[in-house]
Amino acid sequence: MSAPAATLAPPSPTVTRLARPHVVGDALTIAWRNLLNIRRNPQLLVFATIQPVIFVLMFRYVFGGAIHVTGVSYVDYLMPGIFVQTVVFGSLTTGVGLAEDLQKGLVDRFRSLPMARSAVLVGRTLADLVRNVFVVILMCVVGLAVGWRPGGSLPEIVAGVGLVLGFAYSLSWLFAIVGLSARDSETAQAASFPILAPLVFASSAFVPISSMPGWLQVFANHQPVSAIVNAVRALTLGGAAASQVFAALAWIVGIVAICAPIAVSRYRRAV
Amino acid sequence: MQESGVVVEGLVKRFGSFVALDGVTFVVPEGTVVGLLGPNGAGKTTVIRILATLLRSDGGRASVAGYDVVTHPQQVRAAIGLTGQFAAVDEDLTGRENLVLVGRLGRLTRKVASDRAAELLDSFELTDAADRVVRGYSGGMRRRLDLGASLIASPSVLFLDEPTTGLDPRSRLRLWEVIGRLRDDGKTIVLTTQYMEEADQLAEQISVIDCGQIIAEGTADQLKTKVGGDVLDLRLSERSQASDAAALLAHTFGIPKSELTIDDELGIVLIPVQAGASALIDAVRALDGAGVAVADLGLRRPSLDDVFLSLTGHLAEEPRPDAPEPLQRRGRPRI
Repeated sequence: MSAPAATLAPPSPTVTRLARPHVVGDALTIAWRNLLNIRRNPQLLVFATIQPVIFVLMFRYVFGGAIHVTGVSYVDYLMPGIFVQTVVFGSLTTGVGLAEDLQKGLVDRFRSLPMARSAVLVGRTLADLVRNVFVVILMCVVGLAVGWRPGGSLPEIVAGVGLVLGFAYSLSWLFAIVGLSARDSETAQAASFPILAPLVFASSAFVPISSMPGWLQVFANHQPVSAIVNAVRALTLGGAAASQVFAALAWIVGIVAICAPIAVSRYRRAV
Repeated sequence: MQESGVVVEGLVKRFGSFVALDGVTFVVPEGTVVGLLGPNGAGKTTVIRILATLLRSDGGRASVAGYDVVTHPQQVRAAIGLTGQFAAVDEDLTGRENLVLVGRLGRLTRKVASDRAAELLDSFELTDAADRVVRGYSGGMRRRLDLGASLIASPSVLFLDEPTTGLDPRSRLRLWEVIGRLRDDGKTIVLTTQYMEEADQLAEQISVIDCGQIIAEGTADQLKTKVGGDVLDLRLSERSQASDAAALLAHTFGIPKSELTIDDELGIVLIPVQAGASALIDAVRALDGAGVAVADLGLRRPSLDDVFLSLTGHLAEEPRPDAPEPLQRRGRPRI
C-alpha cells in the first residue's frame, strides 16, 4: 500500500468564508450543479423530447383527421396543447431528481451545510426551467415542421411561451413535494402519473371540452391545464386573450404560493 | 465542562413507540477522537444525525463547537463536516466539481473553494481522477471524495458515520490512514463504527452504545481490562473434542465451565486466564497429557469483540432484532 506523501492541509486561517447564507448565490450554485447533471446526461433530454414529438405526429396525422374544431386548423389548435402537455410531463423530473438526491444522501449533505434552506429547491426548479426553455424551443421547431402557423404577433407568441414556462415552473414545486415525500425515485415517478394524466387529457389540450360528457366538462373547465392551454391558444392564434391570460397567471401564482412553502417545509424535515 | 468540542447530555429520540436513544451522554473534548461503537440499530447514526442538525431530539441537549444544535443550527453547520454511511457525492459531476460544489455551499469564495478542492484531491490521491465523473470511481475513491467534501470548508468538528462500512480491506486501510492523519492534525472527530478493530485503531476514547444507551466508556485498553486478564484461544484438530477439552481446562484452572466460550462447530474454546504465560504452559501439559490434538493454541489480550460480548451478552455484528425501518437509511450503498 502506498502511503500518501502529502500531508493534509490544516484548517488554514486564510480560508475566507462568506458571511451569511445567500439564497440567490446558493440557489445559483445548485442550479449550476443540476444543469451539469442535465448536460452530462443528454440522452435524458433526448428521451424527454421524443415522447412529445410522437404526440405531435400522432395527433397531427392519426387522430387529427377525426377531431373537428370549428374555425381553426387542427394543428394550430393542437400545438398549444402539446406545449403544455410536454412541460407538464417534464415537470415530474423535478420530483424524481429530488427523490434521487434524498436516496443518495445528497440532501443530507446539503442540509448539514450552512446554506439557505430553500436553495436546493429554488436551484433545482430554476435548472428545470432552463431545461424547459430548450424543450419548448424544440417543440416550436417540430410544430412549424408539421404545419403549425401561429396567427398571433411575435410578442403574443413569446408571451404564450412565457406562460407555458411559468406553468412548468409552478408544477416543479408541486412535484418537488411529491419527490420529497416519496421513498425513492421510482415511487416519485409512479406517484406523479396519476396526478398528471387526468389533468392533461381531461382538458382542452387535445380536444374541445364541449365534446366531453357534462360531468367531465365541469372538471375540464375548472382545472389549470385547460386554463393555461386556453390562454396560450388565444395568444398564438391571435385575438382577444386578456381574460384567459389573467386566469392562467392566477393559476401559476396560486400553485407556487401554495406549493413552494409546503415543499420547503418538507425539505427541512426530510429524513 | 468542555464546551468547544461535542457535548451530548441525556439525548432521547423516539420513532413512534421505538426508543432509539434512551439518555445518551458523552463528551468529546476539542482535538480528540471519540469512537461510538455498537451494532446496527444501536442508535449511532441517530446520534450523528442529531449532532449534524438533520434530526431533532425528543429530549436532552447537544452542543457542537460551543453551539446548541437546536437553537443555533446554522452556526453548528458552519463548524461541522459530515461523512455518512454512503458516499453522498453527485455521480454526474467530476470529483473536483463535487468538492467545489460543497465548498461553495459551505460559504467559501469561488477562488478558495477551487484551491481547497485541488489541495484535498492531492492529499487524497484523487488528482488523476479529479476531472473524471464520479460514476466511474471505485467505492474507496468515492468514500475518500466524500470525506474530502466534508473537509473542504475546514470544519473544526468532523462526524464520520461508519466511514468504512462496505469497503474492501485494502480501501479500509487507506481510509484509516487518512482518518489517522486528521486525528494527528488535531481535528475533533466523532466516529461511529461497528468494527472493533476500527475503534481500536482510530479512537482515543471509545463509548460503547447498545440499544440507545452508552453501556461502557474508556480507552480501548481500559475496556479490555474490564474483561480482565488474557484469553487463551484454543483451536482443536478434532472439532468434536471441544466440549471435553473445555471440561479438562476448566478443571485445570479451577474455574466453572460456564466461564469458557465453547464453539462446537468450529472446535474453538476461549478460556479467560489471569496468569498469562504460565497458564499457557499449564494448558499445553494438560491437553498433551489427555491426548487432545491441538491445531492452534495462543494467548492474546481480549479483543473488543470479547469486551462487547461480556458487556452485552451478544456480538456487535448481531443487529438489534426490534429496530424499525426508519432507523435504516433510505436506499442502498452504491459501491
